[in-house]
Amino acid sequence: MAEKKRSLSYYLLAGFFGLFVLFLYGPMSAIFLLSLQGPEGQLTFPMRGFSFHWLKAVFEPQRVGNFVDGFGRSLWLGLIVMLITVVFSVMAGLAFRRKFFGSNLIFYLTISSLIVPSILVSLGIGILFSIVGLDNQWYSSALAGHLTWTLPFAFLIMLGIFGRFNPSYEEAARDLGASDTTTFWQIVFPLIASSVIGVGLLGFTLSYDEFTRTSLISGETNTLPLEIFGMTTNVTSPALYALGTLTTLFSFGLIAIALVAINSLSRQQTR
Amino acid sequence: MNSSKTFRNYLLVAPQTLVFVLFLVLPIIAIAIVSFWNFNGFAMTPGFTLNNYLGIFSSRVYLSTYLNTFKFAFLVWLFCLLISYPVAYFLAFHVKSPKWQTILFLICTVPFLTSNIIRMISWIPFLGREGLINQALMGLGITNQPVEIFLFSDFSVILAMVHLYCLFMVAPIFNSMMRIDRSLVTAAEDLGSSPFQIQKEIILPLSASGIAIGSIFVVTLVMGEFATMRIMSGGKSSSVGYLIKNQLDSLQYPLAAANAVVLLIVTLIIVFAILRVVDIRKEL
Repeated sequence: MAEKKRSLSYYLLAGFFGLFVLFLYGPMSAIFLLSLQGPEGQLTFPMRGFSFHWLKAVFEPQRVGNFVDGFGRSLWLGLIVMLITVVFSVMAGLAFRRKFFGSNLIFYLTISSLIVPSILVSLGIGILFSIVGLDNQWYSSALAGHLTWTLPFAFLIMLGIFGRFNPSYEEAARDLGASDTTTFWQIVFPLIASSVIGVGLLGFTLSYDEFTRTSLISGETNTLPLEIFGMTTNVTSPALYALGTLTTLFSFGLIAIALVAINSLSRQQTR
Repeated sequence: MNSSKTFRNYLLVAPQTLVFVLFLVLPIIAIAIVSFWNFNGFAMTPGFTLNNYLGIFSSRVYLSTYLNTFKFAFLVWLFCLLISYPVAYFLAFHVKSPKWQTILFLICTVPFLTSNIIRMISWIPFLGREGLINQALMGLGITNQPVEIFLFSDFSVILAMVHLYCLFMVAPIFNSMMRIDRSLVTAAEDLGSSPFQIQKEIILPLSASGIAIGSIFVVTLVMGEFATMRIMSGGKSSSVGYLIKNQLDSLQYPLAAANAVVLLIVTLIIVFAILRVVDIRKEL
């Protein structure tokens, strides 16, 4: 009796989970399909023909704004954010293995960055830059805005990683006479490498797709999400969907590469 | 020896802390200062005036915008919770193999790593005048005219926001549920508790910190929203974030700053209220 009941709730919840996955992926697959329409295509179903017309249209600047330049800027910005996020959060994670005076304050300062609404960060950096007399650029003010979003996440993950880390490996290395730098690169880093890839990937994708924290402070040139936001008002063809399809495929590709890398790294370790 | 180690800790934590001092603390101070500056309709001039704030609290338009923002924050939070709790519960308690747990959780996570704007516009083929929902309704003969309320309405705004932010609820709840000692559940079952009692007496209280973290995320994300508001409501509805954005577009910096300060204070009050109800420190 009890067994039967449990299996019923299992199937109900599994069904609910299935609907949830459909809810997440359904709309995305719709724009994926619609971006493969013929030149007569519209924004809604049914599909009119099948072609790569709209995917090609994305690369013709006059059709849908300047996608290629925006993509380049977002790519560079994402890479810079990724690098800084990884280095800074690993450093902070190392420091936070021990309590020190002010560590609580620094902890709450970092976490509070997640609680402040994004538009405030954007607005504040914009005002600060204008008071100081600096220009807003994607590589200055927007970079700063992105870091306030990626660093807290990376930091929290790093705390978790170092929380599970067994310090006896390091002590052994030190007992054998290794310097701190050697210990870090030879012992600590290889052990956390797969997590570091994960953090880097998270930093990149958060930055690559970030809209609100970039919106007021990207300067004269747009990053890709800003370009797409602009297009939502003036592009009424499936080219908009095609752009969505392409950037989504790019994100998925990155995630897949990172997962493969993490998997092979953690396999090497268990060997 | 010990003091050199402490010094090294400060060096290690300095770069990250500097980022937050320069790009979080100073900007908020800058907003607060500018919110008291004068604005004559064209430019801002340093000074001290309360007019920007008085304007907010005496204008019915502003007040209704704030109420509208609360309404959206509450509804999006509610739906995120109602969806995320069973999803997290299924993953944590019904999926037994850790491998499948990871795979299914990743399946839920991946869409959140792609552009918010893209995920928003991907609702258009479903909700629009000629969208799938209207096609289905007309095909079934339920209506003979497209129903307009699906797109560019409060409904589409809430739907899109739930779609955008529910992972921020699923992940912390799943995380806290994974920490629940399974023997507690087994013990309760052995003592004859009903599934409902187990939920109410064990799982809900022990996952409350995860719910709190998720709630803080969802509320702060919705409070500052303007992109979803603009795209999904078609400009018909407004929120404080949207208001701030519009004021900036017309270069009314002091007004935008005053609204930002009020928005920040309101958001912090909500966050502290959540923290008073639930202690999230054990989660960290």
